[in-house]
Amino acid sequence: MTPIVEAAGLVKRFGRVAALDGLDLVAEPGRVVALLGPNGAGKTTFVRSVATLVRPDGGTLLVDGVDAARHPGRVRRIIGLAGQYAAVEGAMTGRENLEMTARLFGLSRRAARAAAADVLDRLSLGGVADRLVRTYSGGLRRRLDLGASLVGAPRLLLLDEPTTGLDPRSRIELWDAIGDLVANGTNVLLTTQYLDEADHLADHVVIIDCGRVAAEGSPRELKARMGGDLIEIHVRDHAALEPAADALRAVGDVHTDPASLLLTLTAENGPDDLMKAAHALADHRAVIEDMTLRRPTLDEVFLALTAPAQTTTA
Amino acid sequence: MAVTQASGGSGLGAASWVIAQRGVRRTLRTPQIIVMGLVQSIAFLLIFRYVFGGAIGTGGIGYVDYMIPGLLTVSGLFAGMSAAVAVADDLASGRLDRLMSLPMPRTAVIAGQVAADTVRVALILAVSTALAFAVGFRVHAGWAPALAGFGLCVLFGFAFVWMFVALGLLTANPQAAQGAGFLALPLSFVSSAYVPVDTMPGWLRGFAENQPVTVMMDTVRVLTQGEAASALLGHGAAHYVPRALAWTAGIIAVSGLVAVTRARRT
Repeated sequence: MTPIVEAAGLVKRFGRVAALDGLDLVAEPGRVVALLGPNGAGKTTFVRSVATLVRPDGGTLLVDGVDAARHPGRVRRIIGLAGQYAAVEGAMTGRENLEMTARLFGLSRRAARAAAADVLDRLSLGGVADRLVRTYSGGLRRRLDLGASLVGAPRLLLLDEPTTGLDPRSRIELWDAIGDLVANGTNVLLTTQYLDEADHLADHVVIIDCGRVAAEGSPRELKARMGGDLIEIHVRDHAALEPAADALRAVGDVHTDPASLLLTLTAENGPDDLMKAAHALADHRAVIEDMTLRRPTLDEVFLALTAPAQTTTA
Repeated sequence: MAVTQASGGSGLGAASWVIAQRGVRRTLRTPQIIVMGLVQSIAFLLIFRYVFGGAIGTGGIGYVDYMIPGLLTVSGLFAGMSAAVAVADDLASGRLDRLMSLPMPRTAVIAGQVAADTVRVALILAVSTALAFAVGFRVHAGWAPALAGFGLCVLFGFAFVWMFVALGLLTANPQAAQGAGFLALPLSFVSSAYVPVDTMPGWLRGFAENQPVTVMMDTVRVLTQGEAASALLGHGAAHYVPRALAWTAGIIAVSGLVAVTRARRT
């Protein structure tokens, strides 16, 4: 199957800063791909390249097999873009915004009206469809913006930080809306700074740093890279820290965090290691507050893989 | 094949029309836009007609007849200014990104914006002209040339809109675009709009006499006031009209080139 996006050695410089520095990425169709990275990592530049808003200085970029540098017009028929801002017109109603976008996609007046009605329905915007957008809340605007990117029935939806700045409820509503689209077979490429968002929405996560791919895989694979699960043990006071740490050294490498009275050790064998740790603590009569076994979070993967010192560019 | 109708994208004409509709709706549903444009024009009209007018000598023409052609030309300039802010705001807010990512010619975004803003400028000019007649302005050269003169005011406005759309695209920031709009101040005041240029010192007069806005307003003067204006300004319509049209074409050509190049850059 033709990848929906295929980038090889993609380079884009702004002055002396390389926003994309030899980025290689393949997005298979039928999945949600999340680009994850700190500010300035190159996520937005990449999405804008796919949307033909930025022309890369080097490398190749194919969108559904179409060369974006040579045939930008054809790429624009494949994609729908929802950028970082709700790019909807405040002096028009929600319905008018969608009909306008549909008309610009080349739909006839009648087809545009039908497409707008369909999108309003799918995104549960029917109740506010005929209100001017400047009276909408931030969450409603973003949902309408998502609708505007959909109304031309694109094969690839590009969502650049779709929930940045939204309150938790609006975020979850937007996630649900995106989830429904995916269930209907739309390919989605999204960027986010929120790890829980990538974890929630994406089948495939690409961690980008300094214009290159730092790591990729499913959320589960990326977490597995951290070397298995973690055992966390809280103790009641400082006096209890050392005896507990002594007891656990028999099981594995212990990391002690005196400030939060927390001991961490990696559990490559999951529950087995948990049992061993419990027995070791009992044998040493060490007193603990609680003990948990957990998967590493994407946050930990992210922080381990991205270099904080090099994240200053826009 | 239910969903294939979208794949073709839209043509230049249809897309420009849709974008123009957006701009006109914006104007009609945001009364502040029209009101702000009018307030400037009306305030200047009243101030120069009734406050300063009595003290300014304009030879063989009454002051109101002298000043109105200048004021209408300048109104087109000031009304055009908000196009720069609107375009820069579209750019800064991502709305232009959305439009540029759609399957349509990018020049349609520019063409539609210019069309909508020209409609707005024409509306402001129509109200200002009506008010001008209400405060005593009269045509003294027959209606045919006078109507041509009013038509030229709209054409000049169209050229100014092009100029400000190009400026808006170049600044890409609403505040900066507002700042660039102050370009309109020297063009409007260092001109023959409110006082004949021969009262100005020599170095200033050189600019005032030859800059495009003066050429444009003197054209409208000659067309609406006839012989008396020609006698005062030293030339007739045959001198002014071609020069005004040349300036207009020049402004549109340069601004159009800048705007279209900027829109197609990626």
